[in-house]
Amino acid sequence: MSEQKTVRFLITRQDAADSTPYEEEFEIPYRPNMNVISALMEIRRNPVNKKGEKTTPITWDMNCLEEVCGACSMNINGKPRQSCTALVDQLEQPIRLAPMNTFPVIRDLQVDRSRMFDSLKRVKAWVPIDGTYDLGPGPRMPERKRQWAYELSKCMTCGVCLEACPNVNSKSNFIGPQPLSQVRLFNAHPTGAMNRDERLETIMGDGGLANCGNSQNCVQSCPKGIPLTTSIAALNREATFQSFRNFFGSDHAVD
Amino acid sequence: MVADNREFFYRRLHSLLGVIPVGLFMTQHLVVNHFATKGEEAFNQAAGFMGSLPFVLVLETLVIFLPLLFHAIYGLYIAFTAKNNPGRFGYFRNWMFVLQRWTGVITLIFVAWHVWETRVQAALGAEVNFQMMENILDNPFMLVFYIVGVLSAIFHFANGLWSFCVSWGIAVSPRSQRIVTYATLLVFLALSYVGLSAIFAFV
Repeated sequence: MSEQKTVRFLITRQDAADSTPYEEEFEIPYRPNMNVISALMEIRRNPVNKKGEKTTPITWDMNCLEEVCGACSMNINGKPRQSCTALVDQLEQPIRLAPMNTFPVIRDLQVDRSRMFDSLKRVKAWVPIDGTYDLGPGPRMPERKRQWAYELSKCMTCGVCLEACPNVNSKSNFIGPQPLSQVRLFNAHPTGAMNRDERLETIMGDGGLANCGNSQNCVQSCPKGIPLTTSIAALNREATFQSFRNFFGSDHAVD
Repeated sequence: MVADNREFFYRRLHSLLGVIPVGLFMTQHLVVNHFATKGEEAFNQAAGFMGSLPFVLVLETLVIFLPLLFHAIYGLYIAFTAKNNPGRFGYFRNWMFVLQRWTGVITLIFVAWHVWETRVQAALGAEVNFQMMENILDNPFMLVFYIVGVLSAIFHFANGLWSFCVSWGIAVSPRSQRIVTYATLLVFLALSYVGLSAIFAFV
């Protein structure tokens, strides 16, 4: 029998939120069509590192396993992406896994992405329709606009754009591309547009839109191909007009 | 929560001042320098005219020093709050992002030295003329310093024009941004020609 083919992993680990990161190497048997998650599961089944020492299983986040939930994002060979769609056959070895450091690391490859969900609340990334009586049907959305908006709605809050952005870091309070593009989405919705000015005001506040430095890493990195930089530039134009409306006064607050 | 708008205002002001008046002044300055290629007398006449404009101190303060000071100081803050990552993300725009910050810092060092060497010395009684520049650029180190400084300033202006167009929402679609990239590349090449030919006229 020929020698068993193996896959090598170099994983940045961290035992707790405030402990020092370290690297641990693993070598596991190769199976056809492996992805990074199935490899991590293999290590979990038998948590022994390359030196043959028994170690703890690796912690990571995952959920849908089909690149729509965004939970399993991590740095794979230096680039942030989802580990479910990172196929071992297409990766250079040793495969380097590291957590997305832009977010607080909880343990190993698991990070706390709640800042993005907080941002969504801050920018009111929803269509407010609750009331004390039936408001009736809302305005209709043209079908072609719906198809365009659908692309923006693909955002799965995975955090890859924030990890890629040079202006999202511990020295800056920039909220990042992800919530900005959602403002564009909800301001495009015919009912959502009724609160257009509120969302614009929020992203014109500190840590908002103006912090974008146009490195455009986000649009290059987005796994869903969302036109993030187009959203940002379009919002820049909206914000320009909104700032004029704010300064000079306007009777076109939301139209 | 509606945060206060100061950061938005400062950022937009920073972007605007970089083009108007600082960028326009730089262009004007480079064009006037170009008189050096027409000989010592032409340059001295042009420089003398610029230096003897009425209200020259008011003009310098409002059009050059105050806007430049704000742009420089706030720009340093912007440059040092970024965590550059062109090694991991070697895309064209990310490199422009990094270069914009590097050239900004180089330009600030160059301009500070340049203002000291010419404008401050003029205030202390020296005469700014062809001879002065000839003496400065006689030193090969200073020649390289001036070439690097002038090219940095021009790059920073040209690429800054691009981000100005994006930051103010003038260039929104990817195609329009690409067209502005080419247009600002032409600005860079044209101004570099003007600036470098003036420098070499002194050598």
